Amino acid sequence: MKIERYDMIVIGAGPAGLSAAIEAAKHGMKPIVFDENARPGGQLFKQIHKFFGSKEHKAKIRGFKIGEELLAEAEEYGVKVVLNATVVGLYPEKEVTVKIGDEVKHYKGDSVLVATGASENMVNFKGWTLPGVIGAGAAQTMMNLHHIKPGNRVLMLGSGNVGLVVSFQLLQAGCEVVALADAAPRVGGYGVHAAKVARCGVPFYLSHTIVEAEGEDHVTGVTIGQVGPDWKVIPGTEKHFDVDTICLAVGLSPMAQLLKQAGVEMADTKGGHVPVCEEDGATSVPGIYAAGDVSGIEEASSAMIEGRMSGVAIACYLGYLTEEEKAKRMEELEAALDTLRQGMFAPKNRGKLVEKTEEGIDVSMNLLEKGYVADTEIERYPGVTSQKGIHPVIECTQNIPCNPCQDACPKGCIRIGKNITSLPVVDTEHECIGCGMCVASCSGQAIFLVQEDVEPGFGEVTLPYEFLPLPKTGDIGKALGRDGKEVCEAVVTKVRTAPAFDHTNLLTMKVPNDMLMKARFFQA
Amino acid sequence: MIDVQEKLKEIGPYVEMPDDDMLVCRCEEVTKGEIRKAVHEGIFTIEEMRRYLRSGMGLCQGQTCGKLVKGIMAGELKVPPTEIAPASSRAPMRPIEMEILAEDGGVAHE
Repeated sequence: MKIERYDMIVIGAGPAGLSAAIEAAKHGMKPIVFDENARPGGQLFKQIHKFFGSKEHKAKIRGFKIGEELLAEAEEYGVKVVLNATVVGLYPEKEVTVKIGDEVKHYKGDSVLVATGASENMVNFKGWTLPGVIGAGAAQTMMNLHHIKPGNRVLMLGSGNVGLVVSFQLLQAGCEVVALADAAPRVGGYGVHAAKVARCGVPFYLSHTIVEAEGEDHVTGVTIGQVGPDWKVIPGTEKHFDVDTICLAVGLSPMAQLLKQAGVEMADTKGGHVPVCEEDGATSVPGIYAAGDVSGIEEASSAMIEGRMSGVAIACYLGYLTEEEKAKRMEELEAALDTLRQGMFAPKNRGKLVEKTEEGIDVSMNLLEKGYVADTEIERYPGVTSQKGIHPVIECTQNIPCNPCQDACPKGCIRIGKNITSLPVVDTEHECIGCGMCVASCSGQAIFLVQEDVEPGFGEVTLPYEFLPLPKTGDIGKALGRDGKEVCEAVVTKVRTAPAFDHTNLLTMKVPNDMLMKARFFQA
Repeated sequence: MIDVQEKLKEIGPYVEMPDDDMLVCRCEEVTKGEIRKAVHEGIFTIEEMRRYLRSGMGLCQGQTCGKLVKGIMAGELKVPPTEIAPASSRAPMRPIEMEILAEDGGVAHE
């Protein structure tokens, strides 16, 4: 039996695995990466939205672009990626068996990094096995990898970031999202993600769950109902929707079985069965490491940093780096990871109700319960100012680690400061020139330009617009409020696209002056 | 060691529920009722359940139903899901054709 030997074997070519391999290769190692899929990048290539964070986290770059950058970097450093290669076994001696084609091949690693990621959770309800009930990840795969519309009318279950982001992508793909439901009493994901779905007219049903998926041989409808404190549906609260697709975004579970097989010490946590590991990914078995979602669900940005950490740790473990060099690099990476884990959505705040921002401002309860900030609440945030001339209105109301807007403004109108989670402040001293760079740079699509009295009685609102077909100047339509309901008629006065906007178009519409703080979306 | 008889006494008899016919493990077609009944027959761990009903033993290897089965068992045993002992992990971790597995190690069949 032939056994091939490598100094580092990486299982999973997603953000964590690739980052680790690149980092190790930079220090002179020759890693091999196995992935069971036909394409590398894990979930990154399904992510068509702009990422949050700061420059070092590749903020405002779309996920699939980050994937392309990672692949290019992997190639540059000579990382060997083997696709359609399913790892079927991992043994304590760091032997790895891989099914490639019609063969099981044997490899032995001086080190092994498991970066197998996670799989989607499911929920049971009557009719859940009907065709048309799909995971949110499946919907993303269909739309963003294979360009197939998953359905026409969709109900989304789950208001975490996955449910919110995929709902928006479904709308972009031309599906009608009839409702977004979640058994939890509050929206779980970023408020800005919720707001951009809500202003398109998608109603949010918090404290609601699916009672039944209807249909004979495929989904034709769904009934949801309100849940009481005992998580049971309250009779009489049922609501029916005609849908052909039910999308489930009810969390992820780490795929850590390989680590368990290798004899790694495991812990059964609320977040799933995970390996017990050090910050650098070291497990209880010397030489076996874990990085990314497999060791606890987070997101791609942190997975990439965790991967880099494991790459450094492995390089040091095998003598490619001194302890001092490792400590220095780890310090940089720890700082980057720490930044991502700050704010209202930090791991330590999971499941908790945060009622005030770091600035001491009340968090919008309407946002948490209905998906949008109420007109009466919006003016209390520092990004929302009242000025005559053109100026940005930043509807960023929760402390999340993200700051591209600050760098986007060439005039210095927007200030976040050193603390990356602070709410952006609009400075009334500096003059806004209406360039729109902030609007396009906001990953949460929460920045608008507002100008009063463009003509007597009428002003203009400029908003981020990522839908096709793109409206044209002169088009007449409806201006929708934050709640997705029509507030007035609107005329498109300008549509701007530019490479620097990276596919976020800037649509300017004319509305009456008294609607400038209400109109937030244009519907043709 | 858990005293099976004591635990069975504690959780009381199996009571039929309206959604007992709901499929939980799609690959092996195991229903919620079957899982609940099995608990009352003394099946307290995922490992035992896999052997007893084959839940989680099909194509997806429990990727879809694993957490659901655990939740149902926990509910029946009146304990948090983290207290249900998980199944052991062994190769092959993914479904694999017998022909390929049999040739593992490069021994060609004559």
